[in-house]
Amino acid sequence: MTIINSQLINEQTVIKDEWQTIELPKINQEVKKQAGKVVLFKLTGEEYPTEEQVNQTVVPDSGKVLLPLKVLIKHHESLKKRIKNQDVGFWFATHEEIERAILLLGDINQFPLIAVYVEKFSDGRIFSLANQLRTKYRFKNNLRAFGDVLRDQLFFLKRSGFNSYLIRKDRDPNDALKGLSDFSNPYQGAADIKDPVWKRIKR
Amino acid sequence: MYIYDQIDQKLVDERVNQYSDQLRRYLNNELSDEEFRPLRLQNGLYIQRHAPMLRVAIPYGMLSSKQLKKLADIADKFDRGYGHFSTRQNIQFNWPKLENTSKILKELAEVEMHAIQTSGNCIRNITTDQFAGATPDEIVDPRYIAEIIRQWSTFHPEFALLPRKFKIAVTGSEKDRALVQAHDIGLEFSMNIVGKMVIKVWVGGGLGRTPMIGSVIREELEWQDILTYCEAILRVYNLYGRRDNIYKARIKILVKALGIDKFKELVEKEWAFIKGGPNTINEDELNRVASFFTAPDYKESESINLDAFKDDKNFTQWLSRNTHSHKIIGYRSVTLSLKSNQSAPGDATTKQMHAVAELADKFSFGELRVSHEQNLILADVEESLLYELWQQAKLHNLTTPNIGLLTDIICCPGGDFCSLANAKSIPIAQSIQALFDDMDYLHDIGDISLNISGCMNACGHHHVGNIGILGVDKDGSEWYQVTLGGDQGNTASIGKVIGPSFSSEEMPIVIKKIISVYVDQRHEDELFIDCVKRVGIEPFKSGVYGEQV
Repeated sequence: MTIINSQLINEQTVIKDEWQTIELPKINQEVKKQAGKVVLFKLTGEEYPTEEQVNQTVVPDSGKVLLPLKVLIKHHESLKKRIKNQDVGFWFATHEEIERAILLLGDINQFPLIAVYVEKFSDGRIFSLANQLRTKYRFKNNLRAFGDVLRDQLFFLKRSGFNSYLIRKDRDPNDALKGLSDFSNPYQGAADIKDPVWKRIKR
Repeated sequence: MYIYDQIDQKLVDERVNQYSDQLRRYLNNELSDEEFRPLRLQNGLYIQRHAPMLRVAIPYGMLSSKQLKKLADIADKFDRGYGHFSTRQNIQFNWPKLENTSKILKELAEVEMHAIQTSGNCIRNITTDQFAGATPDEIVDPRYIAEIIRQWSTFHPEFALLPRKFKIAVTGSEKDRALVQAHDIGLEFSMNIVGKMVIKVWVGGGLGRTPMIGSVIREELEWQDILTYCEAILRVYNLYGRRDNIYKARIKILVKALGIDKFKELVEKEWAFIKGGPNTINEDELNRVASFFTAPDYKESESINLDAFKDDKNFTQWLSRNTHSHKIIGYRSVTLSLKSNQSAPGDATTKQMHAVAELADKFSFGELRVSHEQNLILADVEESLLYELWQQAKLHNLTTPNIGLLTDIICCPGGDFCSLANAKSIPIAQSIQALFDDMDYLHDIGDISLNISGCMNACGHHHVGNIGILGVDKDGSEWYQVTLGGDQGNTASIGKVIGPSFSSEEMPIVIKKIISVYVDQRHEDELFIDCVKRVGIEPFKSGVYGEQV
């Protein structure tokens, strides 16, 4: 067995990442505090990324690129050919509102990959966003979670509609794989198994 | 009651394995404190002042005698010989060792019990009326709906990490005993004019730091849609609820900020995509679950002749306070009081739990319930056996005839155990119970609820107590703020603060003064709460603080 040096799980296996994830340039942001503690979560709908960040982001000339959603929208016209070649995907963060952007892009199934960035593993918005992509926007292709992605959330991520997971750098993706099979027969219908258990099995 | 099939049992067994491995990885430093925190909380495990506290789920308060015996044994084997029944109809063990928690969960799984989602930012134990199935004012038995919601919410992948905790209560009676208006979602079942079962849906109620009575989001929801509608509410909350400030993270803050109309608009928009979808309940599933909650094998039984006992005042007092009317002639529901002043409100010893389990076997079809007032209920007792039951329960100090009276205090564990508390609450409850130990006087004062919370989190539901006591911290010492006029049920309201807070020593006297004002002011047969509502809090203020110059 060859050991693949990669953090990416696709379905049930660790594979090499053939996509180049384009990050946003860092900017100085004031650290928000609440009762002396640093606030870990951004508010839904908070302006992000800034226009400056979008303008400063450089799109590579070739290869499969995973672009920030707002960057994709800015370069949508000039990327049409690469989109057609299945070489463009996009990502957004858990506090971004995506409805308007998705309407602007038209058919989202022209993108082979959408990724959701979660800054803190405990930010459960990622689950609802995946559900909306699968159920409301009917996205059928690869849906990836990246950022603070850990073994103990993997089962929920899968059930919410993700099928690939870029495990946090300091954790072993082969260990994380075990999280996908924590439970064998869940009660409720969700994005992966649509029917609740009482419709799947005679009880 | 509901009995597990292989699917239920396997989920609980898999959970034990999952948690055991998480605990192993934590003890092995493979998981950080921060990473382990939500995992242990969603298994009911808190790190407390003295030791971890483990909260075990009692779904909608229903227990079999077999399960209670297991809880008694766990208290004996892994704790200090007692457990604490909480206001969410659960039980808490205050002294387990962290390393033993997996073993406890394994033992619980043997009797179809667990600690899943008893804490953490997820959907918590579903609560309901402690007299469900037995009360004469029942329209719909809420337990099978509660069980359907329990299954749906267990490990719900989308709502595993909400902005904050989420509590759902269900009632199906004319009189609401489940506090539905003080829950994140409250479901009130009834029959509409054409005899169809419908649900009034309340949203955004809650106690805690910012107490609020919920708003009605739907007057008549069809029962088939209950899960998809809850899903739409929770999705909007999960996406838009505040995560930047723990004190503003409950759904009530979101509903208030948006206004119920705007909130409803967002919910209905989400619902449009899932209405009628796979999680829609059908008749077969409703009937399958309902079949577990059929009436027990009632005998034809005669009503008790009260005249025969009129000289036995202790028994008749108990009969009037601790037994409740039943839908079947010749039966009553019995409350076994856990408010005796010999121990903290809601505490039961291993011996008491075993005794109650035996009483349940002998007198009430082997089942019992936990009430949110922290007492234990035998729901189906033949009237002709009440005297015998009373005598036997008395041996275990379970017959204090104070249900609904001043000393039937609802109380959180407070500063003695809980690391969140600002102040102790159990000693306050006990000092009040000690001062009001004259049963005749208590019966004369009549129905009154006194609720104590050791901090803002309001586990003792102080806002909805007729008298509420809240522990506050002032410059590092413990003080108590008093509210009056709170109420639960169909006329739910939030109590008003009467003025500056008191020291713990002052508290019993303050309560005594409040009661004297009531005794002076009341009309004949007027309940305390009605009196407060009629005269307002001013006379009580003067009575407690003296005339203002």
